[in-house]
Amino acid sequence: MVEQSDAGLSRRGLMAVGVASAAVASAPSATAAPAQDAPILATVTLEVNDRKQTLHLDTRTTLLDALREHLKLTGTKKGCDHGQCGACTVIVEGRRINACLTLAVMHEGDTITTIEGLGTPERLHPLQAAFVRHDGYQCGYCTPGQICSAKAMLDEIKAGVPSHVTADLSDKPKLTEAELRERMSGNICRCGAYSNIVEAIAEVAGGLVKGEPA
Amino acid sequence: MRAFTYERARTPAEAAAAAASEPGARFIAGGTNLLDLMKLEIETPRRLIDLGGLKLDEIKATRDGGLRIGALARNTDLAADKRVRKDYPVLSRALLAGASGQLRNKATTAGNLLQRTRCPYFYDTNMPCNKRSPGAGCSAIGGFTRSHAVLGTSEACIATHPSDMAVAMRLLDAGVETVRPDGATRTIPIAEFHRLPAETPHIETALAPGELITAVTLPKPVGGKQAYHKVRDRASYAFALVSVATIIHEDGSGRVALGGVAHKPWRVEEAEAAMPRGAKATTEALLSGARTTAQNAFKLTLAERALGAAMAQPRG
Ligand SMILES: Cc1cc2nc3c(=O)[nH]c(=O)nc-3n(C[C@H](O)[C@H](O)[C@H](O)COP(=O)(O)OP(=O)(O)OC[C@H]3O[C@@H](n4cnc5c(N)ncnc54)[C@H](O)[C@@H]3O)c2cc1C
Ligand code: SF4
Ligand code: FES
Ligand code: FES
Repeated sequence: MVEQSDAGLSRRGLMAVGVASAAVASAPSATAAPAQDAPILATVTLEVNDRKQTLHLDTRTTLLDALREHLKLTGTKKGCDHGQCGACTVIVEGRRINACLTLAVMHEGDTITTIEGLGTPERLHPLQAAFVRHDGYQCGYCTPGQICSAKAMLDEIKAGVPSHVTADLSDKPKLTEAELRERMSGNICRCGAYSNIVEAIAEVAGGLVKGEPA
Repeated sequence: MRAFTYERARTPAEAAAAAASEPGARFIAGGTNLLDLMKLEIETPRRLIDLGGLKLDEIKATRDGGLRIGALARNTDLAADKRVRKDYPVLSRALLAGASGQLRNKATTAGNLLQRTRCPYFYDTNMPCNKRSPGAGCSAIGGFTRSHAVLGTSEACIATHPSDMAVAMRLLDAGVETVRPDGATRTIPIAEFHRLPAETPHIETALAPGELITAVTLPKPVGGKQAYHKVRDRASYAFALVSVATIIHEDGSGRVALGGVAHKPWRVEEAEAAMPRGAKATTEALLSGARTTAQNAFKLTLAERALGAAMAQPRG
């Protein structure tokens, strides 16, 4: 535990030094202040997978780092750390979000579900079981994000939230392949398991409606 | 990321006063743009004022038949709102064409309007950029410019505004309601909200320091066939190369605004008189004064064709 947080600190230190020397080389006004800031601490209580957790954190800690580095819930993955890949998708207050683009301190009292809270190896969530059945992955790195995203995405369809490919905004969205693909576009899979991911999600959703073309 | 203190604002006026009291203070709403830039130390606030606790997420009918959208209404909720889908479908369409499901669940109305450019040199802290460091120079001019602006550019900056939602807001003549640090409120017409880069590309909007957006208002619905055509490198989850927001009435008259071509949503009301005469006539007026490079001249053709596609749809 201690080892891990030490590693975290020195990584951050290295990054900051890197930025400062780059700034000296070409953009002197960009980072004039010292490279290392003393951390400013705050306390936050989260309800993660039905357990209340109180954390004392550097205000800079993202929800993703709080889950992985502090609560050791490493099922949620860090891909890009910039909202571009969806590997960090978790469900907060019933909605899927990118845990890398939000601060832990912004979630006082919030209910958070990670992949660990959806199912366990002994009792898989239906989506987890379907991903296994349909080979919805290769390396598996994007999978926790895919599954958390899919869970909340199906709830969005049920709630009638339209998407870019919904033909008629006054209609309830239909469960078509085009809809699933569009709605899951925030989850990138470098292994390209997309077609099996669509099959797995479609099975859990009760099968696809034959699509209007996108 | 630089260290910062964190606090939750309790009232809009208090938030504005707090933000004005210190140059390093910034509001945070969804955080999806600000945190991205803070990680790269392009934004370095020393004090973050979280707006999350302010009850500014309501979408309510106004007395004159329009809609008042709280500054903190999430992009997902705004796009899904029944009144928006029925009376302002171009706004739903623009929102749904942007970002991803996850990001739209966090992104707010005000944050979306205030998101910063996606110019790759703005993001690359090793390269000079007038928007990041005023006076440093512009790396895009003479560099790779495929994604850059073709209208309203200056010698200092050729960046575009990346928002899809803002293009629809401009088309719909939205108003931006604010409260200033002294407690005074005002409504800024969307046409005057975003600025062209001119000599000061780091000043992007008409907001004064500390001024807080409380809501965006829409006038009463104008009907017509409404559409948002977004052309991008991927079918989903990519910023626009060019986007065209349109309202077209049965007689061929209407409105048009473009995204991806300038430092703000591009609308020229006088050019709309040409709409009944077709896409070519309209874009001739709309795009006049364009300054292109060999890499981004395609945007002019794309705009004309996207408008043509919108006009070819059945009306009414
Ligand atoms: C991978 C990725 C892809 C994306 N693709 C698209 C796309 O295709 N199209 C598109 O339009 N957008 C896209 N976005 C951008 C996204 O829409 C914005 O990040 C989002 O709308 C910002 O809203 P926010 O509430 O998270 O803002 P924040 O990050 O919280 O804030 C942004 C800015 O607004 C200020 N601010 C926030 N609220 C207020 C207020 N009430 N008053 C005054 N100032 C305020 C903040 O101080 C900050 O400077 C994408 C983003 C990512 C990460
Ligand atoms: S175009 Fe604007 S944002 Fe891009 S490098 Fe030049 S000054 Fe910076
Ligand atoms: S790690 Fe959050 S989106 Fe990639
Ligand atoms: S399974 Fe490898 S990235 Fe998706």
